[in-house]
Parts: sequence; C-alpha cells; structure tokens
Amino acid sequence: MSAFEAAVGHERDLPDRRDMAEYVAGGLVSKRIIVGYGFWIFLLSDIVMFSAFFATYAVLVDATAGGPSGRDLFNLRNVAIETACLLLSSFTCGLASIGARTYRGSLFYGAMAATCILGAAFLFIEIHEFADMVAHGAGPTRSAFLSAFFTLVGCHGLHVTAGLLWLLTMMAQVFAKGYRADIRRRVLCFSLFWHTLDIIWVAIFTVVYLMGVEQ
Amino acid sequence: MLGKLTWAAIPFDQPIPLVAAALVGVVIIGVLAWITLKGWLPYLWREWITSVDHKRIGVMYILLAMVMLLRGFVDAIMMRSQQALAFHSGGYLPPEHYDQIFSAHGTLMILFVAMPFMIGLMNLVMPLQLGVRDVAFPTLNSVSLWLTATGALLVNISLVVGEFARTGWLPFPPLSEIAYSPGVGVDYYLWSLQISGVGTLLTGVNFVTTVLKIHAPGMTYMRMPVFCWTTLATNLMIVAAFPILTATLAMLLLDRYLGFHFFTNEAGGNVMMFMNLIWAWGHPEVYILVLPAFGVFSEVVSTLSGKPLFGYRSMVMATMAICLLSFTVWLHHFFTMGAGADVNAIFGITSAIIAVPTGVKIFNWLFTMYGGRIDYSTPILWSIGFMVTFVIGGVTGVLLAVPPADFVLHESLFQVAHFHNVIIGGVLFGAFAGYTFWFPKAFGFRLHEGLGKAAFWCWFVGFYLAFMPLYVVGLMGMTRRMQHYDVAAWHPWLLIAAGGAAIILVGIILQIAQLAVSIRRREELRDVTGDPWNGRSLEWATPSPPPDFNFAVLPRVEGRDAYWTIKQRARQQGRLSEEPRYTDIEMPRNSPTGFICAFFATFMGFALIWHIWWMVAVAALGAYATFVVFAWRDRVEYVIPADEVARIDRANRSARGAALVHMQATP
Amino acid sequence: MSDSGQPRDAHYADTAPGDNPFDRHGTGEAVGSYLIGLGLATLLTVVSFFISGTTLVWGPSIPVALVVLAVAQMGVHLVFFLNITTGPDNINNVMALAFGVLIVFLLLAGSLWIMAHMNYNMMPMDQIMRMQR
Repeated sequence: MSAFEAAVGHERDLPDRRDMAEYVAGGLVSKRIIVGYGFWIFLLSDIVMFSAFFATYAVLVDATAGGPSGRDLFNLRNVAIETACLLLSSFTCGLASIGARTYRGSLFYGAMAATCILGAAFLFIEIHEFADMVAHGAGPTRSAFLSAFFTLVGCHGLHVTAGLLWLLTMMAQVFAKGYRADIRRRVLCFSLFWHTLDIIWVAIFTVVYLMGVEQ
Repeated sequence: MLGKLTWAAIPFDQPIPLVAAALVGVVIIGVLAWITLKGWLPYLWREWITSVDHKRIGVMYILLAMVMLLRGFVDAIMMRSQQALAFHSGGYLPPEHYDQIFSAHGTLMILFVAMPFMIGLMNLVMPLQLGVRDVAFPTLNSVSLWLTATGALLVNISLVVGEFARTGWLPFPPLSEIAYSPGVGVDYYLWSLQISGVGTLLTGVNFVTTVLKIHAPGMTYMRMPVFCWTTLATNLMIVAAFPILTATLAMLLLDRYLGFHFFTNEAGGNVMMFMNLIWAWGHPEVYILVLPAFGVFSEVVSTLSGKPLFGYRSMVMATMAICLLSFTVWLHHFFTMGAGADVNAIFGITSAIIAVPTGVKIFNWLFTMYGGRIDYSTPILWSIGFMVTFVIGGVTGVLLAVPPADFVLHESLFQVAHFHNVIIGGVLFGAFAGYTFWFPKAFGFRLHEGLGKAAFWCWFVGFYLAFMPLYVVGLMGMTRRMQHYDVAAWHPWLLIAAGGAAIILVGIILQIAQLAVSIRRREELRDVTGDPWNGRSLEWATPSPPPDFNFAVLPRVEGRDAYWTIKQRARQQGRLSEEPRYTDIEMPRNSPTGFICAFFATFMGFALIWHIWWMVAVAALGAYATFVVFAWRDRVEYVIPADEVARIDRANRSARGAALVHMQATP
Repeated sequence: MSDSGQPRDAHYADTAPGDNPFDRHGTGEAVGSYLIGLGLATLLTVVSFFISGTTLVWGPSIPVALVVLAVAQMGVHLVFFLNITTGPDNINNVMALAFGVLIVFLLLAGSLWIMAHMNYNMMPMDQIMRMQR
C-alpha cells in the first residue's frame, strides 16, 4: 500500500459513503452517474458546436479567393504524428482513469504525465504549422477557406489547451486532497473530455487534411 | 489605456437616451440606497445572491424577466408612437436611433424576457414536481442565472455608454461586419449573447440531467407531470441549438475583431451561410420559448378544470415530436434567399407538419376542459386567451410556411404580426399564467384576483388592437422596421395599433399594482395550506413557501397526478398519512461563485467591446481563479438536523390536517 | 418505463458514461479493453492515411471510404474508450448520443444541401455559362 493509499485509506470501499447517502434509501442514482451523465450531455453540445464549424468549413472549402488551398498547404507527415500523439494520449488517459478508480498513485500520475506530454507535443506541432502558414501569407485573413480552417482546427487546439490546464489542475487536486469521491468524479469528466477530443480529431484529420490533400 | 472608450461614448447630444439613462440611474441608486439603509444587504447576499436553491434562483430569473419586460415595452411604445406619427413626417426618432430601438426591443424581449421567464418557471417548479430536493447541479444553476444577468446588464449599459446594434435582433452580415458597422453596437450585442448563451447552455445540461436522472422513488418517466416533459424537451433543444449560436456569433466576432472572412463580401466570404446557421439556432429557439408555456397550460388547465389531463401519452409524444421536428424547418425563415423550389418545397412541407403536434396539444387541452368544473380565476383566463390567440398566430404561421405566400409576405408587418401573435399569445400569456398560478407557492400569499383579471383583459384587448391592424397593413405591402412612410392607407391602422399598445400599457400598470396591493394585503391573501388551487402534482404537497429541502421525506409516487392520489386517499380515510421517520438532510451550501464569475464576465465583456485588452486579461484570470477556488472547496454541504425537519413538517401537517377536517365538515 | 405494477426505481444500476465496467474487478481487463481500442484505432488510422494517397482504389470512392473509416474509428473510441455499450445500464447514454448524432446530421446535411443550392442560384451568369461549356 502506497503512502497515498494510506492517507486516503478510509475511502477505499466501493461504493463510497457519500455516493450512497440518502440516495439508495430513496432509490436514487449515485452522484457519479449524475455528474457523468451531465458532462456527457455537455460534451454532446460541444460536438454540435464543432459540427457548426465543420459545416462552415465544408461550405467554404473551395473559397480560396485565389490563394492557397489545402493541397498546397497541408503536410500529412505532421498530421500523422499529431494523430499518433493524440491517439496514444487517449490510451494513457484511459490508464490514468483506471489508476484513479483503483487508487494507484504511480499509475495515475505516470499516465497523466504521459497524457500531458503527448498533448503538449500535439499542440507544439499544430502551433508550428499555424505559424508557418501565417508566415507564408496563408493566414486566416487571406481567404474564407483559411478562416474556416484556422477556426475549426484552432478551436480543437484551444480545447486541447484547456484540457491540458484541466489535466494539471486534476493532478494538483489529487496531490492535495487525495482520491476523494468528488475529485474522482472530476477525473471521470476529464477523461470523457479527452476521449471526445480524440473523436473530433478523427473527423478533422479525415475531412480537413486527408480529403483536403486528395481533392 | 481605455481602448476605444472616451467621453464621446456617452450620448450627451441625444436627449432621449440621456434622460432615460438618468431616470434609470436615479431609480437604481434609490433602490440600492433603500436596501442598504434598511440593512437588508447581508440578508440579500446570504439568502438570495449567493443562493443555490432552485426556488430562489427561479424567482430571481422571473424578476429579471419582468424588469426587462418594462424596458422592452418602453421600446415598443416608442416604436408604435413613431410609426403612428411618421406619416409624411420624420417622427421624433432619427433613423440611427430608431434602428437601435427595434434591435434592442427584439433582443431584450426574446433573450432577456421570454427566456429568463421560462427558465425561471422551470427552475421554481420542476424539482418540486419531480419530488426531489434540487436540480442536478445547484451551483451551476446560480452561475447560469448570473451570467444571464450579465448579458442583460451589457445590453442596458449600451444605452448610456456607446450605442447598441442597428442590425435588428439578429445581426445579419454584411451590415453587421466591421466595414458597415464600425461602432461598438454590434459588439455589445455579440458579447452579451455569447456570455448569457453560456449560462443558458449550462441550464440546458443541468435540467436534462435532472429530469432524466433525479426523481422521487416511484416516479417513472410516464408518471411525470407534463410540465416536466416540456422541461426535458426544451432543455434538449437548448443543448442542441445553443452551440450553433455560439459558433455562429464566434465566427462573426472573428470577422469583426481579427479580420477573418466568414461572412464578408470579399475573399470568398459567404453571407448566406450566416443566415443558414443563425436560423438553424433561431428556429429551435422559438420552440424553446413556447414549449415551457405549453407545459404551464397543461398544469393550469388540468388543475383548474378539476380533471386529469386528457391524452397524457399523446401530449408526451407531441412534446418530443416538436423537440425533434424543430430542427427540420429552419429554412422557412429565408425562403426568399434563393435556395430554389426544391429546397423551399421540402422545408415548406416540414413546417406544415410541425403544426400537427401543436394541434394535438390544443385538442387535448380543450378535451380536458370539456366536462370539467372550471374555476374561472386568472390563470385559466390566460390559458383560454392563449388558446384563441395562439391558434390565430399558428394559422398565420402555416400560411407563411407556404413559399409562394412567403415571397409576398416575408419581412412585412404580416410576419411581424404573426410572430408577436404566437410569442405574446403563447409565451407571454403562458408566463403570466404560470406567474399567477405559482406565485402563492413561491411566496406564501396569493395575488389579488380582481386586479389580475383586469390586467388580463387589458392585455387581451390591447394585444388584438395592437397587432391585428399589422396583419392588414402587412397585406397592404408595408415592410417591417420602417422609420417613416408616405402611404395614406396605412396610417389609420397604425394609429389603432398605437392605441392597442396604450391599452397594454394599462394592463402592465395593473399588473404592477396587483403586485404592490398583494404584498400590502398579504396577510388577507395568505396561503395557509400550501394548496390554494386544489392541485394535482407534488409541488402542492409542500408548504408555501417550501422549506429549503422541499420535502421532509421524498414522497413515494404511485401514479400520475401524484399529489391528487395522496389527497384522495386522505379524504377517503379521513386522516393524513402516517408521520414519516425524520432524518438529517444534507443540502448544498450557498456559494458566491455564480455572482463573482458574472462580475468578472461583465468586465470582460465590457473590455472586449471597448478593446481594453489589459482588462480582458485581468477579468479572464479572475473568472478562472474563481472557478479554481470553487473547485478547491472542502465543505460542500450543510446538514439540517432531523428535529428541525420534523418541526417544519409537523407545522405543514397540522395545516393540512385542519384543511382536511374543514373539507370533511363541508360536504 | 411502464406505469403499472411495481414502480421500478429506475437507473440505480445505470453506468455513468466513461466508466469502465471492468475496473472494479481488475485492472487487467480494463487495460485490455483500452489496448484493443488503441490497436483497432491505429489500424483504422493507418488505413485512412494509406487510402487517401493511393491509386490502388478507384478515385471517386476515396472520400466515401475515408468517411466510413472515420465513423468506424469513432465507434471504436466510443466502445473501447468511452464504454458506451448497448446494455440496459447504458440506455440513457446511448439515447443522448443518438440525439446528438441526429442533430449533427441534420445540421451538416441540411447546411450542405441548402448552401449548394444557394451558391448555384447566386452564381453570376458568366460562371454558369462557363460551367456549361
């Protein structure tokens, strides 16, 4: 048993006392299910928002205003690396959530750190790609196509950034307060968020990059 | 240092906004001074501003809506009087000013009157009807409220500092692009909506989770009151539609602030895409407004007819059908934009189809009333008024859904009359019905009946006088938003319309009087039992107002009209059910998170509008810090001891017991 | 959700979305589930990248193939990473997802269909003539 497990030991039993409380007596669902479901609904709303950006991209994809198109700009090698980073980070995030559920500090912290590094690598490549495009006069103000591209992919990148901030906050919270029930619920929400970002990336690399290059 | 903000932003040269702002300023300072001098500030902070209690949050939403109704109505009076006067004349409102007025009128009425009113009613009533203690995420509920208030505040600040948008309540490009609207007006609109939109989306998440996952024991989905079903459908639509609004307004913001080309005339921008996306949100939005009103009518009509609601299953199916179908009709808002006959035909057909479930509902309400013993008090007057008025408005809507007809009538006053017909007849009458129906539950005393009835009749007559002429004048060819005109045939109708607005004004004054008189006479109007209407659903099982925890013990539900079943058994047995075993109750702690987040959001919005970048950074950091502090809390709940629960519940039970004895004694 | 007979205290046995049913019983199965997901997703990704650049497949079918592969990969993520299954404990999660997918479909298909018609009808006459040549 690790020092952490000793510190939070009394919370070992599943289901948690706090999750049970009055709920079982009244036949109500646990807080974990309520929080998880609520966050799932929020994620669906986020997916609808992304689909609005996707629709706009699809409509504007040919509006290059005489400027560069996807075929001129996209580097599939970078996209492949980004995809690998994000997919692997989804896997490590899964490991981290197992770590949180089973109170294994080494698994949790290690996997979260790996997720963070992979996510940061993804962002680094993406920001580099954006900066490169802007430097070559293919910034978002050049044409409607580029506006749509930067917004769609950039929105995903912003979500990844927010996710990394959240990830670090989660690590800090577990460090400070242990595997308390409400903190484990938040880890659940974080992992839902991170997996969904990878699902959206699948759509992005398919529709934007692969189809954009192939034309 | 202060971005684009200078002293020139304050309209010293325009008397009307200046005087209006001064008046409002005096009122606000006066109210704040009165509250402070009476020593109510600590109480207000502790019990209301930081409250996470759904009942208090609901009341505050409705209060916001009513105050904004006054502002929006003043805009309406100005518009009506301008159009009455501006025949062969410029009227008294110059075009730049008139444009801001009709834009503010629409924005306020839809987003800061109708939405908060409906959300407030759902907040107040839905958890009580489900037999539970609160919504799924109480602190998030508070955040939603205060972010909505921030949006309303920003729109109102634009009256004094800067200007408002001149684009109408939906900022169509290219007019709303930076090239053609270089001022701050459109930015006020955009940031106000983005901030309050976050609040609304969070409400959607909150309420969907509550209705689907949190019920009293035995309350299956098919035993929920219809108001809870309409809450579910409304919030599913919010979750699905508001992200589209967020994305679309974000794209317009990117165009304006960073020179992107989504909707510009150059570099490949596509103006029509804005229309497509904004109405993909806009149409579900109007169903988001009206479905809760339908839910209110279901409750009011069944309770005040003394009968269970006719056709419960078909009501549920009609509600969920509207929820889905509302996402299949949006093109009917821009038939004339040139999609062609195929596309127009399909959307015309779907728009006709969506009228069917609403028709089902109307018939169900009529059949509920038929054979019932109707208590003709104010809520049922609003309901009957709704049925007549909304049917007329709905029928003109189906007329507009026919593309060839729409080509003649699009953006005419006929269209304006149609949507006011359905929004006032549907949403506003529903809001007032809900307000008069549930006021006793929220505050413990009834509203004065006589004044309520008088107010209804003024609104009803005033509405028809104000809007039926607009149908006529629209068929005569008058387009909307005209600042002046030269056609003599229109003038008499617009005079009648102005007269109608004046009668509605009397109605509003009567409503204000009703509130004042009711508060003054609250002991006479006291609701002692908590069940003033002989109600059927669980909210009437609680005292008025309910204690923080709503129910001492969560009720066991055995059928529809759960409370009616409990009452019938009590009447048959001649006694109340057994006293339950009281236990400690854990309730969520109040939190200033919502208010403080909104405080920072207000500054962030204002700074973004005026390009005060350092303030944006500070405010964003402040909002994030607030969130982190909230997430770091250790003590989330407080405990109400069993004795306290018992004391409150026993008082309720003795009042109910007395009422039961009284009822047995009078056959 | 019938209203007859014993009131069913619904959802008590529901699973929260994202919760792995294995990780109460042992980390082995849970990790296994994620590993399978990773493997399948990697495979689908590699195939996508390969197809997009290849001449081995009939050209016009490539976008369709890419979409199918993308949808399949999203499914892999949903099942293996998010644990959205079709069991009775997952009904609410699946219904919510189905609703979301429907809205996304309506928005995307509707917008593309509408805008294609609009763009065609708004095209300046000389461009239409050029297209017809």
